[in-house]
Amino acid sequence: MEPRHTISVWVDNTPGVLSRVTGLFSGRGFNIESLCVAETMDPAVSRITILSTGDEQIIEQIIKQLHKLINVIKVVDLSELDHVEREMALVTVKAEDKSRAEVLRIADIFRCRVVDVSPHTYTLEITGNHEKIGAVLSLLKNHGILDEVRTGTLAIQRSKKD
Amino acid sequence: MKKMTGAQIFLECLKREEVKHIFGYPGGVVLDIYDELTRHPEIRHILVRHEQAAAHAADGYARASSKVGVALVTSGPGATNTVTGIASAYMDSIPIVVFTGQVPTALIGNDAFQEVDIVGITRPCTKHNYLVKDVNQLAYTIHEAFHIARSGRPGPVLVDLPKDIIQARTVPEFPKEIKIRSYQPTYHANPRQVKRALEMIMAAKKPVLYTGGGIILSNAAEELRVFAEAMQIPVTSTLMGLGGFPGDSPLWMGMLGMHGTYCANMAVSESDVLIAVGARFDDRITGKLSEFAPHAKIIHIDIDPSSISKNVSVDIPIVGDCKDALHQLYDLLQDKPPRDWAEVRAQWLDTVHDWEKRHPLTYAWSDTVIKPQYVVEKLWELTKGEAYITTEVGQNQMWAAQFYKFKRPRQLMTSGGLGVMGYGFPAAMGVQMAKPGATVIDIAGDGSIQMNIQELITVVENELPVKIAILNNSYLGMVRQWQQLFYEKRYSSTPMRAPDFVKLADAYGAVGLRATKPEEVVPVIQKALETPKPVIMDFRVEPEECVMPMVPAGKAMHEMLLA
Ligand SMILES: Cc1cc2nc3c(=O)[nH]c(=O)nc-3n(C[C@H](O)[C@H](O)[C@H](O)COP(=O)(O)OP(=O)(O)OC[C@H]3O[C@@H](n4cnc5c(N)ncnc54)[C@H](O)[C@@H]3O)c2cc1C
Ligand SMILES: Cc1ncc(C[n+]2csc(CCOP(=O)(O)OP(=O)(O)O)c2C)c(N)n1
Ligand SMILES: [Mg+2]
Repeated sequence: MEPRHTISVWVDNTPGVLSRVTGLFSGRGFNIESLCVAETMDPAVSRITILSTGDEQIIEQIIKQLHKLINVIKVVDLSELDHVEREMALVTVKAEDKSRAEVLRIADIFRCRVVDVSPHTYTLEITGNHEKIGAVLSLLKNHGILDEVRTGTLAIQRSKKD
Repeated sequence: MKKMTGAQIFLECLKREEVKHIFGYPGGVVLDIYDELTRHPEIRHILVRHEQAAAHAADGYARASSKVGVALVTSGPGATNTVTGIASAYMDSIPIVVFTGQVPTALIGNDAFQEVDIVGITRPCTKHNYLVKDVNQLAYTIHEAFHIARSGRPGPVLVDLPKDIIQARTVPEFPKEIKIRSYQPTYHANPRQVKRALEMIMAAKKPVLYTGGGIILSNAAEELRVFAEAMQIPVTSTLMGLGGFPGDSPLWMGMLGMHGTYCANMAVSESDVLIAVGARFDDRITGKLSEFAPHAKIIHIDIDPSSISKNVSVDIPIVGDCKDALHQLYDLLQDKPPRDWAEVRAQWLDTVHDWEKRHPLTYAWSDTVIKPQYVVEKLWELTKGEAYITTEVGQNQMWAAQFYKFKRPRQLMTSGGLGVMGYGFPAAMGVQMAKPGATVIDIAGDGSIQMNIQELITVVENELPVKIAILNNSYLGMVRQWQQLFYEKRYSSTPMRAPDFVKLADAYGAVGLRATKPEEVVPVIQKALETPKPVIMDFRVEPEECVMPMVPAGKAMHEMLLA
C-alpha cells in the first residue's frame, strides 16, 4: 500500500471552502481516507485534517494544488514532522451474560469509556491512533458489533522538547 | 458620499478597473445593470448572439490587449452558456472576469426560475469565484476578482450577482488596495536556484530552451531573446508560446510536440539540459513520458509551483515570473568571465540546423487542388506576417501554427488546452475590439466555424472587419486524420456538409469569397484584405490532407511520422 499522509490545512472559514477542497481531491483523482474539519480559536479560520495516500509525487501535487486555492492559508504535511494522531470511535457491542464482563475487560485494557449501557449492550468510546482503534474493534467483533461510528484522524505537531 | 445601487456600484467598479469593453447578453436578473449601462457611455457593451461567444471574445480581448477581458450575462442558461469559454480560459491561463446574474438571495436553493448553481458548476474551471451576498461586499469583491484574474498565474474569475444585491442601496467604499493573506504569488525567483541553473546551463553541451505561454503572459519575449542570443541556445516553443521568440532567428527551431517540427523534437530528445520557461509539460509535448528528453537534466521556471514536477520530475525548480528569472540569468552571466558562446555552441547548432534541413516543414504542391498549407503561407505573405491570427481547432489550427511565422507575442490566439471548436471567431471579435485598426484573421475549419457562426451578425452590426479564412475540407479533418492513420480509414461521422458560406456571408451582410483553384487563392486574400468589412473566405482545399509531422499517441517524441 502507498504511504499514508496526514495533512493539515488552514482555510478561510467561509461557505463553499470545504467543497473547493474536496472537489480538488475528486477532480484530480487524489485519495481522501478521512477528513476532519472545525473552526479554530480564530473564528475566521477553519482547520482541516486530511488523511490521504499516494507516492511522493502525488503528495507533492496535493500540497501544491491545495496551496493554489485562494482560500487556503497554510498547508502542512504532518507526516514529515513529529506529531500526535488521534481518532475516536463510538461502538455499540452486544454484551449479555458472560460476555458482559469480557467486554468491560477489553474496555478497561484499552482505556475506553462506557458511554451508554443497556441490559444487552454497552456503548464504548474509544480514542487512540488509527491502529489502536482497529485493534479494539477487531477484538470487539467477536462479541458482535451492533453499530459503530468513527471520526477521521486529528493530528497536531509535537512541541520541541529542548 | 451618497447611497448607490448595486448596479451603480458595479459600473463604478468597472470604471475604476479601466474597463472599456464588455461582451454580454441581457436577461431578467441583470436588467438593472443594463439600465445603468445607458448612463455610462465610456463603457462599450458588445451584444453577442450566444453567451459562449462573450466568454471567448473576452478571452481574445485579454490576450491581444494584456488587460482583463470582461463578460456579463444573465442567470441560468446565460450563465451555463459561458462555461466552455471559462474552461478554455482556465486551461490557457487567460485573465477574464465573468459576471453572471443570479436569482434573489432569498430564492437561492429553491429551484427558482432560471436558477443554477453557477459557482458550484464553475468551481473546478475558474481560478476563483464568488457569490456576492451583501451589497457592502460588492466593490471589494469586484476589485479582488480583477486582482486575482490578472496576477500570478492568470485565469478566469466568476462573480455571481443576485438580483436583490444589484438593486440594494448602500454607501459604498471603494478599496484601493488588496491584501489576501492566503494569496501571494511569487514573482521574484530565488537567486540561489537561478545561480545553480546558470551553472548547469554553462556546463551544458546540448542545451535547449523550451518555452511556453508563460513567456507571453509575463511579457518576457525580450528577456528571452536577449538570454538565448547571449548564450546561443536554440529555442523551441509550445503552441501557446508562439510569437514569444522571433520566427526568423537562426536559433528558432519551430514548435515542438505532437505536430512540432522534426528539428525541435529531435533537439529536445537529444538535449542534455532542457530549460523549460513558462511551459507545463503538456502530454501533447511529452509524448511517451518515460522517453521524454531521456538524456536531459531539467530546469523549470514557472510562477505556479504546481506546474513544476507535475508530469516530469525536475532537477532545478525555479518558482517565479519568467521575466524576472530570465533577467536574473542574464545579469548573472555578465558577472562571469566572457566566453565565445557562438564557438562553444557551434557543433550543437550545426546538428540542429542539419535536422532542420533534413526535414523542414513542407507539403506536396498541387497545380489543381488548393493545399491548406499554401493558403496559410499566402496569408502570412500578404499580411507581411503582421496580422493577428486566431484559430479554430483541428488541422486548421496546426497549419496556422506551422505556416504562419509569428513575429510578436500576443499575435496568436488559440484554444490550446481545452481545444474548443468555435473559439476562433468570437476570439477574433475580441481581438478586433482591442486592436481597432489591425488586420484580424480567424483561420478556421468548416466544422469549427459552424459552432459560433451566429456571431457574423455581431461583427456586421459592430463594424468589426474580422476576416475568416475557412480551410474547407468537407471533413472534421483532424478526427478524419486519426481515422485514416489508426482506424483503417473508416470515416465514421467525419465527412460533413457545410452551408454555402458565400451566400451565408451575404445573408448576414458580410462579404463572401470563394477559391477552388490554387491560382484563386492570392486574389481572394487580396480582395479580403482590401475590404473594410467582415469577410468570409471559403477555400476549398484538398480534403484528405494530413498534418505532418505527427507523433502518434503514446509514442516517444522522436518517433515522428513524417510527410
Ligand atoms: C488539436 C491540438 C493539437 C495540439 N498540438 C500541439 C503540439 O503539437 N504542440 C504544442 O506545443 N501544443 C499543442 N497543442 C496545445 C496543447 O494542448 C497545450 O495547450 C500547450 O502545449 C500548452 O502550452 P504551454 O505548456 O506553453 O502551457 P500554457 O497553457 O500556456 O501554460 C503556461 C504555463 O506558464 C506558467 N506561467 C504563467 N504565467 C507565468 C509567468 N508570469 N511566469 C512564469 N510562468 C508563468 C503557467 O503556470 C503554466 O505552467 C495542441 C492543441 C490542440 C487543440
Ligand atoms: C467543441 C468540440 N467538439 C469536438 C471536438 C473534437 N475535434 C477536434 S478537431 C475536430 C475536427 C474539426 O473540424 P474542422 O473545424 O473542420 O477542422 P479541420 O480539422 O478539418 O481543419 C473535432 C471534431 C473539439 N475539439 N471541440
Ligand atoms: Mg474541416
